[in-house]
Amino acid sequence: MLKRSDAPVSDDISAQPLFPLAATDLVFADRGRTLIDNLSLTLDGRGITAVMGSNGAGKSLLLRLLHGLLTPTSGAIRWGGNPLSDEVRARQAMVFQRPTMLRRSAADNLRFVLNHLPRNERDRRVEELIAEAKLDHAAATPARLLSGGEQQRLAIARARATEPEVLFLDEPTASLDPASVHAIEEVVRTIHADGIKVIIVTHDIGQAKRLADDVVFINRGRVAEQAAAAAFFERPATDAAQAYLEGRLQF
Amino acid sequence: MSDSGSIFSLALGLVLSGDAELWSIIALSLRVSLTAVALACLIGLPLGAFLAVVKFPGRDAVVALLNAFMGLPPVVVGLFVYLALSRSGPLGVLGLLYTPTAMIIAQTILVTPLIAALARQSMADLHVEYDELFRSLGLSMSRTIAALIWDGRYSLSTAALAGFGRAIAEVGAVIIVGGNIEHVTRVMTTAIALETSKGDLALAMALGLILITLALFVNSAVLTLNRTARRLAYA
Amino acid sequence: MKRYLSPLAVVSLAAVALVTIAPVTAEAEDPFIIVQSTTSTQNSGLFNHILPMFKKKTGIDVRVVAVGTGQAIKNAANGDGDVLLVHAKAAEEKFVAEGGGVKRFDVMYNDFVIVGPKSDPAKIARGKDAAAALKSIADVKAPFASRGDDSGTHKAEKRHWKAAGVDIEKASGDWYRSTGSGMGATLNTAAGMGAYALTDRATWIAFKNKGDLQIVIEGDPKLFNQYGVILVNPEKHKNVKVKEGQAFIDWLLGAEGQNAIRSFQLDGKQLFFPNAGQENMKKAG
Repeated sequence: MLKRSDAPVSDDISAQPLFPLAATDLVFADRGRTLIDNLSLTLDGRGITAVMGSNGAGKSLLLRLLHGLLTPTSGAIRWGGNPLSDEVRARQAMVFQRPTMLRRSAADNLRFVLNHLPRNERDRRVEELIAEAKLDHAAATPARLLSGGEQQRLAIARARATEPEVLFLDEPTASLDPASVHAIEEVVRTIHADGIKVIIVTHDIGQAKRLADDVVFINRGRVAEQAAAAAFFERPATDAAQAYLEGRLQF
Repeated sequence: MSDSGSIFSLALGLVLSGDAELWSIIALSLRVSLTAVALACLIGLPLGAFLAVVKFPGRDAVVALLNAFMGLPPVVVGLFVYLALSRSGPLGVLGLLYTPTAMIIAQTILVTPLIAALARQSMADLHVEYDELFRSLGLSMSRTIAALIWDGRYSLSTAALAGFGRAIAEVGAVIIVGGNIEHVTRVMTTAIALETSKGDLALAMALGLILITLALFVNSAVLTLNRTARRLAYA
Repeated sequence: MKRYLSPLAVVSLAAVALVTIAPVTAEAEDPFIIVQSTTSTQNSGLFNHILPMFKKKTGIDVRVVAVGTGQAIKNAANGDGDVLLVHAKAAEEKFVAEGGGVKRFDVMYNDFVIVGPKSDPAKIARGKDAAAALKSIADVKAPFASRGDDSGTHKAEKRHWKAAGVDIEKASGDWYRSTGSGMGATLNTAAGMGAYALTDRATWIAFKNKGDLQIVIEGDPKLFNQYGVILVNPEKHKNVKVKEGQAFIDWLLGAEGQNAIRSFQLDGKQLFFPNAGQENMKKAG
């Protein structure tokens, strides 16, 4: 797969690199409560980044702000120097904690995001994605009848079908059994190996250790700590991170 | 003179006798109301989905208007269409008055608000579920609406059935714009009105019984199809 | 990959097919005219008796819109019909004078009767004087059901109340019940509440829900009920089918049409009496 960042730089936004991602002084308030509070963050396009923090710390909100599903109350987000736009968002994909399954078959859920392709190519691509997601047995099954793990694999395959350069995962394994978690982590590694930047929100410290190259730790709507994964788990620099890792931090 | 037993046997006799006139009236009733419902779906479903998806100033007012129009009296709609289609009206040159087409137009106007309002409600619920995904995919408004209609098709068929129920049962609009002309624009409801005005209450009731059976048949056919399709295909 | 058509789609497709078929079949139809007429001619079965004869002779289909005379005249004035066949001479002449119609011709007559409950609270049964009978009804405030719909029958009824010297406006809602509906619906109401009512004889004979009602007054020359026919003015409404419409009027006024009207019977009784070309004739049936 062609890495878009290899493409020559031009005035066309769709040809310019997405990274570095820079969020500056982000504030997001809803009904009088400040949920993201002056958050600043810089990420490069390499590796898997785990976003961690307590419930309500603002992790999911941060993902939605970066992806453009929410608009910050103030502050700026720049992808490779460009503000969020439809063109920028078209190069990203997001998978939600509870996968949104269209009321169609598994294959049709994939076909839905591939309708720009000619029919033959689309069918071929659907077959590939179904196989990669290990859903061959369920291609014709209504998506909403799949198991939780199958649904999440389908959601990830669907996100992948859009050929994003960045994949946001919002607690994708939160309510799955260990086998399903394992299967999804396999898929995430494959995606990363294809050169896609993965930003994953997770509560599962084991999962973060297995997957992440670096960690962004959010506390009370701010970035409390950002570090390489190994360093973060061995020597957290803040008391909050220390408490979180030991299961003592409460929001 | 008209106990329920004799009405029932009269209705049964009418159906079993294969009375050609009765069947042509039934066929016209179905043709007019099903066509009207189909047209109302073509307008009402996208309109309902649009109102569920797109926020614009005055949307609440439009929705309130739509809900109010759900209860539009058929006679008022009939009168409105009569004035439009009359030779002296703006569309008089088309010569549509006293034709099945005029009846279809009237019933379409009658049931479109009902179908749009019911569609908006179920589309709004579905949209809450799909909204983030669709925005993440950068889906256009037209594709969003099409996807909501397709994925909500089972609940929308309930809206279509409600529209059909209103159309097949109404007499006020079709009698004005159709004229209840024998062999041309006479449908079940106007035939019932005619028999009532002739004082033949037993025959009127028998026709009413057939009308109810007809509506029951269409409803259960759609619901059965629905359930089967849903079980076979998509949850 | 299997795809299942939703019932909705099936219904839509079927209906769209029906709509597209509809104009094709319409073109293949026989020539037709629209006659704006009254419920009395329709409900009695007169049209079902005479129209097939006309169709056989000319191939022209007559589509009857049966409403009250008032509405029929309004519809004709709007150009929504080719021929007007109603029973309110004054209103018909006004319609012609205003340019709505070409010329008015007498076609046939029948008569009005007053029907009432067997108990006859106004004690008017077997009388011959309509005005006196209405006066008695008003005096004892016996319930009376009126069309109240500006139809020919309603206009006639108002004339008779005036002749009886009774102000029905004052009594409306009390013993005088204005139903605002057709002859049949008004008779249904009268049967339901044991009220008196004025009706044309043809509708009465054909009416099946008489209940406790019977004829109490008949034979008053003033109860004469004349029907007239008018071609809608083609100079005012270009859509009027002059040739076919005139053919119907000519047939109706000619020997064949007049005989057809005469031969229509219900329960062995003749309901309409042809009188074309006998202007000024006044005779109750």
